[in-house]
Amino acid sequence: MSVASPSRTVTVALIGNPNTGKSTLFSALCGVRQRVGNYPGVTVEKKIGRTTLDGRQFAIVDLPGTYSLAPKSPDEMVAVDVLLGQRADVAPPDVVLVIVDASNLERNFYLLSQVLELGLPTVVAVNMVDVARRKGLTLDIARLRKQLQVPVVEVQANLRLGIAELKSAVADAVDSPPEKVASPFPEAFQREVAALAQVAGGGTTKDTGRQPRYLLERMLLDVGGYLCNSPSAGVSPELLGEVVQARERLKAAGVPIPAVEALSRYEWAGRVLAGVVKRPVQRPITWSDKLDRVLTHRVWGTLVFIAVMLIMFQAVYYVPDVTGANWSIDKLKGLLAGGVARIIPDGALRSLLVTGVIEGVGGVIVFLPQIFTLFLFIAILEDCGYMARAAYLMDKLMSRIGLSGKSFIPLLSSFACAVPGVMATRVIENRRDRLVTILVAPLMSCSARLPVYALLIAAFVPDYAFGQGWYRVSWLQGLVMFAMYMVGIVAAIAVAWVLKRTLFRGDTPPFVMELPSYKLPGVWVVLHRMLEQGWSFVRRAGTLILAVSIIVWGLAYYPRNEARIDPALVSAERQLAAQLATIEAQLPEGDEAMQSPLAAQRDDVQAKLDHVRNEIEGTHLSNSFLGQMGHWIEPAVRPLGWDWRIGCAAIASFPAREVVVSTLGVIYNLGEGQDENPTELKATLQNATWPGTNRKVITLPVALSIMVFFALCAQCASTLAVIRRETGSWRWPLFTFLYMTGLAYVGAFVTYQVGTFLAGGTP
Amino acid sequence: MKTLEQLAVGCCARVEAIRGADEIAIRLLEMGLTPGTNLTVVGTAPLGDPVELEVRGYRLSVRKSEASRVEIVPA
Repeated sequence: MSVASPSRTVTVALIGNPNTGKSTLFSALCGVRQRVGNYPGVTVEKKIGRTTLDGRQFAIVDLPGTYSLAPKSPDEMVAVDVLLGQRADVAPPDVVLVIVDASNLERNFYLLSQVLELGLPTVVAVNMVDVARRKGLTLDIARLRKQLQVPVVEVQANLRLGIAELKSAVADAVDSPPEKVASPFPEAFQREVAALAQVAGGGTTKDTGRQPRYLLERMLLDVGGYLCNSPSAGVSPELLGEVVQARERLKAAGVPIPAVEALSRYEWAGRVLAGVVKRPVQRPITWSDKLDRVLTHRVWGTLVFIAVMLIMFQAVYYVPDVTGANWSIDKLKGLLAGGVARIIPDGALRSLLVTGVIEGVGGVIVFLPQIFTLFLFIAILEDCGYMARAAYLMDKLMSRIGLSGKSFIPLLSSFACAVPGVMATRVIENRRDRLVTILVAPLMSCSARLPVYALLIAAFVPDYAFGQGWYRVSWLQGLVMFAMYMVGIVAAIAVAWVLKRTLFRGDTPPFVMELPSYKLPGVWVVLHRMLEQGWSFVRRAGTLILAVSIIVWGLAYYPRNEARIDPALVSAERQLAAQLATIEAQLPEGDEAMQSPLAAQRDDVQAKLDHVRNEIEGTHLSNSFLGQMGHWIEPAVRPLGWDWRIGCAAIASFPAREVVVSTLGVIYNLGEGQDENPTELKATLQNATWPGTNRKVITLPVALSIMVFFALCAQCASTLAVIRRETGSWRWPLFTFLYMTGLAYVGAFVTYQVGTFLAGGTP
Repeated sequence: MKTLEQLAVGCCARVEAIRGADEIAIRLLEMGLTPGTNLTVVGTAPLGDPVELEVRGYRLSVRKSEASRVEIVPA
């Protein structure tokens, strides 16, 4: 073992069970000097931080929290590969730092036992001693050091205690050769491993000098076949044959595979911890226990759960308003647009900046307060320990559709916005379950769909109500709104069920889940996580949204042919503009301007001018690529009861659903401000007719079909961008877009056809 | 042989064996439900499933279908 020169960066692999305060320790060690990236091909995050001690540089690789190093999936294989130094993008670790939970040492030592067998210098950080004390446990750390023969440092990561000692221990460990660790396995097992080592020789091609014993053991235990079939393990068929035979021999000798690992390691843990942990005879009831009794109680637990979810929802809707975030973003948009209008003359560039960039990106930024609020809530719930309880309470319901309780909060969050919902699926360990959850999350009717529902329901659903004044309850409209939400839910259940039977078929994954002790969420940890996730979204989705907004703008703007505008309109515009200018010149200054009869005239001319300008804009849109696309797909959307305008608006809403309202406004010659106050739009939609006839375009069945389409469609570039980020490939966002659009089309079709049939009309 | 999902809330037992050698069995073993381990059933979720156990000093939630893999001897 070469002594690392002082100038070389020491690579430390940080590993531990979930809920041991690993992220807190990582932050305590590295502060803000962290870099988050991706391991190619898997969805695990690559987190590497830097710190120094006595002038020595450390690079700390934060491996995902895990209970065991037995890889069953590509994601789990990453940790093993990093530890064995088999990843090209991460330097082989010089030291492994294992963080353990003092109140839970036995189970934590299972992982430690596996790590020790790697043959790398190891340091153990015992964290959360305060929690142990609260549970009435006393720890004899000195004794542990003696019995473990590996450096043990007591830390309290949340209070930053013991960090300096930990760093010294890690630095010292680099230079000292690791103790030869006795294998915890029984004789018979060890003999078989030795025999395999003979056969293997050069069989395990990626042997870099780390103990091959570790990999051979894993292969022997790998009943599921994952490791043996994994390309990076480099297992020859002959070796595989030996492995299978060895298993048979062991079974005959009464050594159960794979149970022998758990038996051996827990026995070892018991021996090492003998006398170290003193348990009180009667386990004291901690405040965490008392809280848990309420929170998982049949009645109270459910009530509290519903209350927490409601609070989360209300907060997501109100916090942005209350903190003025929505308002200030709108103001900012207006300011920017005004500024651009002043600097840049009317034309393509101005339109690009104002309509394409500022409106498009702004339309998404407006949702940032909601997204951040959701991230904050999810981070709080996770850090305090309630997240696991939520999964526990919801598991039975979720398993009916083939998912587990862990999918509940991600799906619920998606009712506000699918972006945090999809990102919250990280807690789902099973890859199949996680993907299914990600794929159905966008079906939860998010807040961007509300403006669409609100407009169409107000315009087309009869306002049957009971009660008067304050107590007036528009029950029919409310019912339709509720029905739209149900459409999404029912679709999600169906799609999840189908996916689990087809693409993602497989054994039900284990739900065996730890319920960690409750703790007060750490303010910095929570804020850091919220900012980190929010920033990651802005950075990644932002570029995509910008690109898509510009493209859609381009389609709606070009080919801009002034010659195709009705000359009458053009001259009318010029006349009115000139009129307006003369009146404005004649208007007196200040307050008198209000009283002057010229003011009324001015307003009148302004209105006429606006009207003409809107008509011109509407014609431009109709003649643009986007408009042409609308015309082109009209035959396809006729069966849905739509005309080309609605089709066009649907296409334009690809970047973000709520754009459909403003696009409809422009197409119907009402200008761009219709999403603010759609009374005009409502009236116009109600009166729109098919060309050359008196037949209304939008009847109730048509309105319903539009709503159903938007309930089920994937018109949201942000969500697709996040799905790409979380799944690591373009395949899944593409699949999501295609299946949801297909579903939306069918849904709208059925709604329209059935609705018209029931109404007794002809489609 | 009694299995874990048959154990009532508040009762203790000792693990005898884990049935099967699949992912679920491995997971139960990894989390500490090895033969000879003591456990207590602390409660169940509102719909009766999953169950909450106290084992090796921590709380673990297990579905009834998974609990049926754990052969126990009531204490």
